Amino acid sequence: MEQQTSTRLDSTFLALADPTRRAILARLALGDASVAELAAPFAMSQPAISKHLKVLERAGLISVGQDAQRRPRRIDGRPLAEASAWLERYRAVWEANFERLDALLRELQRPQARSKRGRKLKQG
Amino acid sequence: MHNVVMKESDMPMAIEKAQVILPSEREVKVTRSFKAPKTLVYRAYTEPQLVRRWLLGPPGWSMPVCEMDVRVGGAYRWRWRSDTDAKEFGFFGTFREVVPASRLVHSEAYDPGTVGGGYPEQDAGEGAIVTVSFTEEAGYTTVTSLIDFGSKEARDAAVATGMTDGMEQSYQLLDELLKNTAA
Repeated sequence: MEQQTSTRLDSTFLALADPTRRAILARLALGDASVAELAAPFAMSQPAISKHLKVLERAGLISVGQDAQRRPRRIDGRPLAEASAWLERYRAVWEANFERLDALLRELQRPQARSKRGRKLKQG
Repeated sequence: MHNVVMKESDMPMAIEKAQVILPSEREVKVTRSFKAPKTLVYRAYTEPQLVRRWLLGPPGWSMPVCEMDVRVGGAYRWRWRSDTDAKEFGFFGTFREVVPASRLVHSEAYDPGTVGGGYPEQDAGEGAIVTVSFTEEAGYTTVTSLIDFGSKEARDAAVATGMTDGMEQSYQLLDELLKNTAA
């Protein structure tokens, strides 16, 4: 993987590692919000929230909107999509294995499978 | 995105599609449920003639070597071969904990074979530590594999390898699709 992509993924996963930051992202997924609006549901001061916002901003997960007074934060889905694709491919390899395991377990749980095949052979 | 990376708290009882989360910066956790009793799922994970029928990775790979001495201190060796260019790679290690139908802990080191690659910092140690647990509920067995790669770099490299495999798989599917479209 390219170094640049790897570094960007690092900062995405670091940003996502904190429950408060995930909650902030979940809130922003519903629409833009100012720092005060974001701080309201948390038992946290605005400076504490601002620290979390800095981490999210550095990871490119959020940006600051046009309004100079409100400075609304908005979510940027691209790094999230990239991180998701990275894991999704790894997941797909496992899922392919597990689907074969599903079929094997079904086969092992058919007690008559072998005798039926025997009967068929005799008939044929 | 969310259900892949972090939603662990509200997991359903049976996880019908493989779920991958990153519990810490060194680890990956893979969870999946199977409609079978745990004694049977455990057999499929520990009997070589069963393991080699499903642990194959992307299409186009077979598993010519699957040796497992499943007891504490026992060794295992897995090796895969590509049908297209006969290149091989594998994993090997030893079992550290064996609790039938319940829990397996083993080391997992990468064997670059003729494929190459690997993680330099892994060569010194034993590679990853894999903890596999089996729990049964309402006819489903949930298998959780916690893979501790020992470092963030090794983990990211391993996931990136999975990424390459996945891409190769997509390319193969695309090839097939193009072939069928041309025909």
